Amino acid sequence: MTAAPAPLAAIAGNRFGLGLRPGEALPADPRFWLIDQFARFDPRPPAIAAVPGSAVMAREFRDYLAKIRPFIAANIEPRGEAPMARGETPVARGETPVAGGAAAVAGPDEAEIRKELRRSYRDSYGGQVRARIAAAINSETPFAERLVHFWANHFAVSADKLQTIGLAGTLEFEAIRPHIAGRFVDMLLAVERHPAMLLYLDQGPSIGPQSPLAQAARARNARRQPGLNENLAREILELHTLGVGNYGQSDVGELARALTGWSLGGFVRRPIGIEVPDGAFVFQPNWHEPGARTLLGRRYGQDGEAQARAMLADLAVHPATARHLATKLARHFAGDVPPPALVDRLTAAHLASGGDLMALYRVLVAAPECWGPAQKFKTPWEWSISALRGLGARATPDLRAVAMLTELGQPVWRPGSPAGWDDVAASWAAPDALLRRVETAGRLAALSGDRLDARQLAPVILPGVLGPGTASAIARADSPQQGLALLFASPEFLRR
Amino acid sequence: MMIDRRTLLAGIGFASVPGLALAATPGDKRFVFIILRGAMDGIATVIPTGDPAHEALRGRFGPPAVAGDPIRLSADFSLHPALAQTAALYARGEAAMVHAIASPYRERSHFDAQNVLESGGAAAYAVKDGWLNRLLPLLPGAGEPAMAVSPTLPLALRGAAPATSYAPSQLPQADDALLERVAGLYADDPQLHALWSQATDARMAAGSDATGRANPEALGRLAATFLAKPQGARVAVIEIGGWDTHSAQAGRLAQALRQLDAVIAALHTGLGPAWRQTVVVAATEFGRTAAPNGTGGTDHGTGGAAILAGGALRGGRVIADWPGLGAAQLHEGRDLRPTADLRALFAGLAAEQFGLDPQRVAATLFAGAKLVPMAGLVRA
Repeated sequence: MTAAPAPLAAIAGNRFGLGLRPGEALPADPRFWLIDQFARFDPRPPAIAAVPGSAVMAREFRDYLAKIRPFIAANIEPRGEAPMARGETPVARGETPVAGGAAAVAGPDEAEIRKELRRSYRDSYGGQVRARIAAAINSETPFAERLVHFWANHFAVSADKLQTIGLAGTLEFEAIRPHIAGRFVDMLLAVERHPAMLLYLDQGPSIGPQSPLAQAARARNARRQPGLNENLAREILELHTLGVGNYGQSDVGELARALTGWSLGGFVRRPIGIEVPDGAFVFQPNWHEPGARTLLGRRYGQDGEAQARAMLADLAVHPATARHLATKLARHFAGDVPPPALVDRLTAAHLASGGDLMALYRVLVAAPECWGPAQKFKTPWEWSISALRGLGARATPDLRAVAMLTELGQPVWRPGSPAGWDDVAASWAAPDALLRRVETAGRLAALSGDRLDARQLAPVILPGVLGPGTASAIARADSPQQGLALLFASPEFLRR
Repeated sequence: MMIDRRTLLAGIGFASVPGLALAATPGDKRFVFIILRGAMDGIATVIPTGDPAHEALRGRFGPPAVAGDPIRLSADFSLHPALAQTAALYARGEAAMVHAIASPYRERSHFDAQNVLESGGAAAYAVKDGWLNRLLPLLPGAGEPAMAVSPTLPLALRGAAPATSYAPSQLPQADDALLERVAGLYADDPQLHALWSQATDARMAAGSDATGRANPEALGRLAATFLAKPQGARVAVIEIGGWDTHSAQAGRLAQALRQLDAVIAALHTGLGPAWRQTVVVAATEFGRTAAPNGTGGTDHGTGGAAILAGGALRGGRVIADWPGLGAAQLHEGRDLRPTADLRALFAGLAAEQFGLDPQRVAATLFAGAKLVPMAGLVRA
């Protein structure tokens, strides 16, 4: 097998992939190698299969709600009146209940219960991050793996809210990975129905104002009247599908009303006769806003759950969605300023294929715009993973790897907003960030000791792109560790 | 979730430069190996002031970049003033210098030379484990699990005998030598060059204390803590970088020597009464050129100096079969010619310190080498 011209192999491995590993055979046909990965991609590699999923995380949160409910009840249900659904508490909406009712309740106090969940969830979060890193450094389908990271960031759930700390990672594992080579609409549906997203964007407690439940609450003059929450609907339109500027406020309201009743088991009173596992998606007919809705000028007359489903199906193949996704993909692979011609081709492929993600990936791999000189400044995540792969790391890393990403400025699954992390150099190429990266290069190199010779490693992981300046700096390093640090700090390695 | 230190160390850790590794063996005798990575200039450290060729060769360096004059050791040698605390030990007979010494390696690659220095092999990569590790089974009652104090185990201590490492919890930042080279790496890259200039300016403005640079004194103290315990480590390795002085040597060498001096002083202070049972040997992978280069520095050479310290030492001497710095006396016309073998120093020092048969030690540590282990290094 003859290797392809080195720069092409380097681009396939470093720009499309997650960084070449020493000992990895360079692909003879880099384009085939990239596309072929989706046939071999493992949606549930051992490291990820080993961590508890969203059902376990959701049950833990449900148990927490049960423990904390007496405190909430003491505050907001003075006469034991059920406002609507028992489990629907301010906590489920991520709000902090007012302290004060605790005095009436024996046992651990409210803050202690909350702290306990936070502690346990942080452990779970750490385990998930380590599993993600292990999957990335061991992946033999690194282009597909990179796209997992891309889509998880597109559908970002930030592990900042108490209820999402233990769940953010499971969205990627359960809703993104299985659909990486499928249709966009299937990924979209899986994401919007996932407990992490339902909790993160407050869909759980969103109830139609004219729904049977709301009407009943009005009839008995309940203390708290249920209502609509537009958060998920807005982010679906702005971030997940159409992009900002392609819809109006009425569309947000209509999608939000159509989404009422989309909730999750274990957090709300179960619909009579329907058994739903904790954390699983459930449609609550009693919460759903009745009637036909109009989104982007199109009428949706479906009943119940099918209404929002039909809307999402249309949104997934809307021209604005196609262009929005095309722009982000082009920016990720061809440079911070997405080449308009590539964006056009990706948009066309999306629309022609009905949102088949493989069609988009084929356009990217075939695009000459994606095979030019390196111009993407690696994000801290990309840089760390490529360095670990370059070092030949295999073992699941310890918790310091989690801290490393935080120190470098990109804590995993914590972009702080549903918009996800930026994908342009301006966000990452900053003086202090660069200094930290160089310091981390020094630490990673020291960790590997003198087991690796950077003089031999450099041309292997940067084939055809290693410049003479870097090569000679590495050759003149005053120790093997310094040579490795210089390799990872080099301009060639900082970009992909 | 419980994470024990071993798990932490096995995964992605944060390393320190300089670093420290320890191996515990029973007994009272302590042995510390300080690896000077990057090739210390032995001629500028243990200065052959009595050599008639010295002034002509090195005179243009001017005075060392520290206060004070070279400290007189003997009629023929003086010590760089940055090693003031070591000089005080020398005056008490608790430090010694060995000059014109080298490993068997005769090329000029740091990587390969450090491999030879630590493995004890005749050539780079000829031996897989470290000579200090091969020493451990010879020590009285050895075989207890060894403790470790460094992000990774240096090759010198790697091998079949148990030895692990321990990383200081405070994360030191990258050493100055790396930062300096990174600046060169970015010189032709407009984006990175601009970012790097801003970053280093900010760092300078913050002052050296705020940078959290690895504190060599703390490292020496930490090593001493482990070595001083009754059942603690008996063999330790400390690494100090920053010796590759191709340019602006005066300041950079003084800085590196101050670090070495601080480590030795911290060992002296921290070990307390155990200092009397201790020997320390500091060695580097090779020396540097006899003549300065065109950038105020020196290039990779051959023969160099080793520094010994410890209360167990028969010190207060410069041990050298001095080959001379005259043009005809230099190795390949450019380097100090080695007249002593580091392996003979290591074997002799270890044998005398632990009361072992020198020939057996030499044969175990440096198999196949025809060595005459140095004698009379340690107080009887």
